[in-house]
Amino acid sequence: MHELGVVFYVIKDVANVAVENKVSTVNSVTLEIGEVSGIVHDYLIDCWNWARKKEPCVENAELKIETIDAVTFCENCEKNYPTVAYGKICPHCGSDKTYLVTGNEFMIKEIAVPED
Amino acid sequence: MNRCDILDVKKTILEDNDADANLLRENLRNKRTFYMNVMSSPGAGKTTTILATIKALSSKYKVGVLQADIDSDVDALTILNAGFPCIQLHTGGMCHLDADMSRQAIKRLYEVSSEEHYDVIILENVGNLVCPAEFDTGASMDVVILSVPEGDDKPLKYPLVFEKSEAVIINKIDALPVFDFDMVKVHEGVRMRNQTSKVFPVSALNGDGMDAWYEFLMTKVEAWQNG
Repeated sequence: MHELGVVFYVIKDVANVAVENKVSTVNSVTLEIGEVSGIVHDYLIDCWNWARKKEPCVENAELKIETIDAVTFCENCEKNYPTVAYGKICPHCGSDKTYLVTGNEFMIKEIAVPED
Repeated sequence: MNRCDILDVKKTILEDNDADANLLRENLRNKRTFYMNVMSSPGAGKTTTILATIKALSSKYKVGVLQADIDSDVDALTILNAGFPCIQLHTGGMCHLDADMSRQAIKRLYEVSSEEHYDVIILENVGNLVCPAEFDTGASMDVVILSVPEGDDKPLKYPLVFEKSEAVIINKIDALPVFDFDMVKVHEGVRMRNQTSKVFPVSALNGDGMDAWYEFLMTKVEAWQNG
């Protein structure tokens, strides 16, 4: 259930951006979430739909989620491979000297606000 | 259809918490207080390990404990009944603590105990191997406890908590004869997640292996206090 904690952070950030930009209402919020960031999209949206009612500026805002593919780099053979399919072990050479390049992201990409 | 403007944000969601955690860490360093975040699944023996640890540290350091749970005060009572300062935090359904909750809890510990200074404050995080790992509490050191009955595969299943922990306590080794827990496998799993973390096989209940853990911890506290 850390999705709820994450949603509170998102709402706080979006509310701050709204104040900075002098807008009182937000139409939608787009997040970029890595494939292996540990966030369950459906839970996140459920939490959002509950929590947004507590903050007037995002009360009617839709939450959009864009997924960033998880890619791991192998230091041994210097090739990339998809993390979800192969995990920590490189499918090209079998080495475990690998690290995540993308897929752990947890970003607010943009928010949409009514046009002036 | 309503037309709308797009505002670029491009901000990491937990950026504020990370900044807040760094600030808390700096404040604690200036006050020479070592703040240790202890994570594990429910029932791994956090309270028993912490109790044994504070008893060992108390001859040298002033130690306080923060107990975080969704509900109840059983853990805090265990620590208080042993004669150590402790406060119970209720996370209100949340599965973890963040830096701001840490700061409030530390402030409260000082208020209720009327202590001027703590050398060591230990946070017993909510029992959960997933969520607490995501949120920086501002701790000087993160520690994870894995108990023998949970199985040797946990470092494979819960990467992040093992990646960020400097010490891995393998608890309940007195139960090894009745479980198929493979000590070699667990070491391999831990090493896959973190090349430098220290592993301490212990029984917090009967004290086996605990001396090595105390020694490591005291070295860490000393290094922290000496800047």
